[in-house]
Amino acid sequence: METRSMKVNIAGVELKNPVMTCSGTFGSGMEYSEFVDLNVLGAVVTKGVANVPWEGNPTPRITEVYGGILNAIGLQNPGIDVFCERDIPFLKKYDTKIVVNVCGRSVEDYCEVAERLGDEPVDLLEINISCPNVKHGGIAFGQDPKAAAQITGAIKRYAKQPVIVKLSPNVTDIAQMAQAVEAAGADAVSLINTITGMKIDIHKRQFALANKTGGMSGPAVKPVAVRMVYQAANAVKIPVIGMGGIATAEDALEFILAGATAVAVGTANFYRPDATAKIVQGIQDYMEKYHISDITELIGAVR
Amino acid sequence: MAEKFKEKATVVYQSCIAPDIYSMWLQTAKIASQAVPGQFISIYCNDASRLLPRPISICEINVRSGMLRVVYRIAGKGTEEFSRLHPGDAVDILGPLGNGFPLERARGKRALLIGGGIGLPPMLELCKQLPGEKVIVAGFRSDTFLMEDFQALAPVAVATEDGSTGAKGTVLDAIREQGLKADIIYACGPTPMLKAVKNYAAEEQIECWISMEERMGCGIGACLACVCQSKEVDEHSRVHNKRVCKEGPVFEAGEVEL
Repeated sequence: METRSMKVNIAGVELKNPVMTCSGTFGSGMEYSEFVDLNVLGAVVTKGVANVPWEGNPTPRITEVYGGILNAIGLQNPGIDVFCERDIPFLKKYDTKIVVNVCGRSVEDYCEVAERLGDEPVDLLEINISCPNVKHGGIAFGQDPKAAAQITGAIKRYAKQPVIVKLSPNVTDIAQMAQAVEAAGADAVSLINTITGMKIDIHKRQFALANKTGGMSGPAVKPVAVRMVYQAANAVKIPVIGMGGIATAEDALEFILAGATAVAVGTANFYRPDATAKIVQGIQDYMEKYHISDITELIGAVR
Repeated sequence: MAEKFKEKATVVYQSCIAPDIYSMWLQTAKIASQAVPGQFISIYCNDASRLLPRPISICEINVRSGMLRVVYRIAGKGTEEFSRLHPGDAVDILGPLGNGFPLERARGKRALLIGGGIGLPPMLELCKQLPGEKVIVAGFRSDTFLMEDFQALAPVAVATEDGSTGAKGTVLDAIREQGLKADIIYACGPTPMLKAVKNYAAEEQIECWISMEERMGCGIGACLACVCQSKEVDEHSRVHNKRVCKEGPVFEAGEVEL
């Protein structure tokens, strides 16, 4: 039998395969470890962590839309201290890469978390400048190329691990955003975060979410995400991590062919708790079927 | 905590037991044998445009035959889809989820099991498994359901908002009218009812356990959608947001803000 390599490289970090999790949909892996052997994943991307605990938004925080969901969790998290004591040691038990999603309300908050993680056994940082559900921080940095470049540059001065910047789709020109953070030193970009949406309950005549707006994700956003990943991948030299509605290996392969070096699975975890592992297997089957010896041959293969 | 399983269950029997209220028996491989009263299962839609699982409380558990009964109300398109399932149809479920009611606390005590509307079904398995003396208090808007099931197990007090059956008013009206006394209360129902029951229990200094409801995402504690405000610091984020799907759905009444 031919040997097939599923290995991909993100900023010098070798992943055994390109399948990762989307921040916020997988906790720190604990809950999903009952359904998925975390050892089979390329990387686990944790829920966003800030310098101090965050309460998050009022409920209801989640609602369903056609082929997708809207969420406005508001980055509830235990803060970096508990995270380092509890979540990192848990993930260290597994043979998978650890990507910590970093959030904050100010540039200083982000830098403090990045600095704290410097001595932790973490492989990559993912900087969340694209959460649409918090008033301060998050997307405030993610919709303006100058602000995105500024925060990327600041974090790079504190971070010891390579930095992935997670981009928002709620922009006019995704290529410009990707280029701005690349120029500021980002080692990779990930996209897309959720698309801002709204749902109204016509019977109760009120918003479905307490936050009024929420971030849309799920299969319905996939074509938007594939298009943006294609545009970003063609605009920058750093690796692109693709996400947005990936639920099957076929979905994942679309992103890889569009130019993604790795992919992440988010909303699908909620309705198929073992989706990540199934996708790894499905990509392997695809490589067998089409005699692909190295997955990197597929990255951006459609031009 | 017991293990959770994602399974393809088979519908054994389904019937409409009141307007918009359905009773469905599901054949499971493992979930029934692991479930305890007060836990719930997530039921997934077959229509792929509806992604989120619907959390539905477990009404009855038959360990020997591996079956679970759920009684649910049509609240939207997902539950409407479930109501059209026929015997032999397959449906994906995840469970058992959540913590369940504390059973041993009732030993040697007089318990009131209070269920309002679609909060009543989980009281049935609780009634079967709870040690000690027990009385059921069931509240409805108008149409009653599950009455024969409960009457076979314990005395039942009923209240309806329109007075068509039992006391006119709320579950508390039924409790007062019948002079019911308790050492411990278990309750599930709409938030206004839970608030009233919580206040009543506090005034009377009765231990009280309530089952909460909130919009859920994953159902297993990862997404942090279904939190409720808690007095104690929560296990996950060390704030005051306990997860209904994981630390709950059953909480000591004083522990949560309603």
